[in-house]
Amino acid sequence: MIDPSAVREAQSTPDRARTNEEWIGALGQPGPEREAALEDLRRLLVRGLGYALGEQPGLRQSDLEDFAQDSLLRILKGLPNFRGESRFTTWAQKIAVRVAYTELRRRRWRDVSLDELTESREGGAEFIPSELADPSLGPEQQAMQRIILETLLRLIREDLTDKQRQALQAVLRGMPLEEVARRMDTNRNALYKLLHDARRRLQKRMLDQGLSPQDMLAAFGN
Amino acid sequence: MFDKLMRALFPSRRHEAARVDPLIVKSLVRGIMTARPDEIGCGECFEELDCFVEMKLAGRDVTEAMPLVHDHLQRCGPCREEFEALLMALRSMA
Repeated sequence: MIDPSAVREAQSTPDRARTNEEWIGALGQPGPEREAALEDLRRLLVRGLGYALGEQPGLRQSDLEDFAQDSLLRILKGLPNFRGESRFTTWAQKIAVRVAYTELRRRRWRDVSLDELTESREGGAEFIPSELADPSLGPEQQAMQRIILETLLRLIREDLTDKQRQALQAVLRGMPLEEVARRMDTNRNALYKLLHDARRRLQKRMLDQGLSPQDMLAAFGN
Repeated sequence: MFDKLMRALFPSRRHEAARVDPLIVKSLVRGIMTARPDEIGCGECFEELDCFVEMKLAGRDVTEAMPLVHDHLQRCGPCREEFEALLMALRSMA
């Protein structure tokens, strides 16, 4: 947990108000103005991360400082990509949140391999439809869920590529996209696209089987 | 029920099946059901997230103004987590 006094200390330091142009101008050239802007931005990011990550277990104040420092490097490198469509500080805070969450997810999942989360069904137990029944649902909804899940399982096995199936299994086990992507030598965006293709394929095949989106909505609710 | 599905998907790890969050399975079913051809990816969403969050803070209808970003945030847990954290930070500092 974050030390509240450290957040208060950061809060007590007034941020120098700058326009977007002033931020870009100050950060774009080496010298004392850039150093001052970097220090102001660092404080701002630490303060923002304190709010953004306050509930994360095991987080230390030094983590916030480290995340802010890493973010400053990313921000300086990415300055040419800032389009000026938002406040500069919002754009910078967005990068800091991404940097922080990427590291936190890496830490949380660092000891888990993809093999532990994904495995072949070959030789495994068969899927037993009668075990699917959920007594809290009505018989019609139970039956429809059973049909949908049976069909889905079969289509996942038969219609997806090995990569799609592997990624889907890992995500079903709760592994964040970027951690799955890291282990599959790809990136989060490409993995989302891979899974998007898989969902589209499964949707089409479900429709081919006579299962409509309306059927699925009715069976699984909102 | 979802544990049973997970046992079927991951047959040799029955003892771990209970760890799967049923909401993730439900989310998968909904994700398949609602998949659309014009979905944007995490990269495009991140590019637009600063504008999106400022619109949200300004009380604008983001579903109308930036529907594809809104759609992606409904589908993608990590992007939604980051959006909510950013929103929290900016609201708290306002």
